[in-house]
Amino acid sequence: MSIMQYNGSAMVAMVGKNCVAIAADKRLGQRALTVSTDFEKVFPITDRTYVGLPGLATDVKTLYDKFRMRVNLYKHREERTIEPETFAHLVSHMLYERRFGSYFVEPMVAGLDKNNEPYICVMDVIGCIDSAKDFVVGGTASDNLFGMCESLWEPDLEPNDLFETISQALLNAVDRDALSGWGAVVHIITPEGVITRDIKGRMD
Amino acid sequence: LLGDKGYKLPTATKTGTTIVGLIFKDGLVLGADTRATAGPIVADKNCEKIHYLAPNMYCCGAGTAADTEFTTNMISSQLALHSLNTGREPRVVAAMTMLKQHLFKYHGHIGAALVLGGYDSTGPHLFTVYPHGSTDKLPYVTMGSGSLAAMSVFESRWQPGLSRDEGVAMVKDAIEAGIFNDLGSGSNVDVCVITKGNVEYLRNYARPNERVQKEQSYRFRQGVTEFYAPQAARRGQDSAEMDTSA
Repeated sequence: MSIMQYNGSAMVAMVGKNCVAIAADKRLGQRALTVSTDFEKVFPITDRTYVGLPGLATDVKTLYDKFRMRVNLYKHREERTIEPETFAHLVSHMLYERRFGSYFVEPMVAGLDKNNEPYICVMDVIGCIDSAKDFVVGGTASDNLFGMCESLWEPDLEPNDLFETISQALLNAVDRDALSGWGAVVHIITPEGVITRDIKGRMD
Repeated sequence: LLGDKGYKLPTATKTGTTIVGLIFKDGLVLGADTRATAGPIVADKNCEKIHYLAPNMYCCGAGTAADTEFTTNMISSQLALHSLNTGREPRVVAAMTMLKQHLFKYHGHIGAALVLGGYDSTGPHLFTVYPHGSTDKLPYVTMGSGSLAAMSVFESRWQPGLSRDEGVAMVKDAIEAGIFNDLGSGSNVDVCVITKGNVEYLRNYARPNERVQKEQSYRFRQGVTEFYAPQAARRGQDSAEMDTSA
């Protein structure tokens, strides 16, 4: 079994019309045992930028704390909030610093920049950024999510439509993955604010 | 460490790749495909493999994607400082030396296989740099998993004194050979033409793999996805206070 499959997770981010969405499951496992159905893996970095951390849970928690500190320092020094693309490069740099002893997470960043332009990207464990124009996926259900997103996604979805599309992509992908599921949370980031919903899924 | 305990280590994104370079009459042409893979899965269908090093120098990267990205960024930064220090336009041999000395230091563990090309005060130069730090100086080169497919095009058609259009066409054909015959390469062709004092970065010069329009829309009716009311998500509201009176 791979390290990346030890805790299990499923995560996806999509671009819509002047909005982005990021969604994740809520399972925390230890191999086959489910330990929590309420594990947070997507965190707000600013009002308009979220980071999702699929992979080994201990590194998820450690990295989130490190990001929080670096972003707070950035805010004090720059006297402004960090842009999503800048934050993504910050994450990438922190991961590559551990090139030969990496963190076991493949982070994804989703947010709106200061001109309300959507930005999403995903990275591998050593920080190679893949910034897609449509969607990014991560976690143990990533192959399933690739299939769902490639079929369901279309450009310029309004926030309400984007919610349905991202939710159905996630829900149906995790149903074909034993290590993810057990609840899911979706964040829709719009210029007016963030809508967070806990969506109803299978609990098996 | 963890590998000994029987855990399979995660795969880093690789650029399976076809990258090429060739010298023509007035300068050189670099080319690359745009597929990035993570194992058997295509992670990025349109990534950029031609990296900026200096205004007169670009570098194609194959191998471990994070390594090519960070290594070229680092040498680009060093070149800018070097250029300011010397007061001169940077030379391709300078970039080549910085790259090879960095990669050799890490004994091949930094998986960056590069095609470096640029036009400086001494003319156009084309190099390949391997992960262990060796370099070759050649008039036409190919690297990556699709290098054999691409080299077959060059070996049959390259000759000295090609025109710009012949050079670009040959690069396009070589990359397409990699895209269609090598599983690790795919999607589009990026081209970069470097001549004296001028660079043309032709992103997605050819797109031989455009997706057809989808047969139907898979948009859902709004309200299909059920979600919990916000109050239900609050935790710890119903934990009773413990009686701590003596």
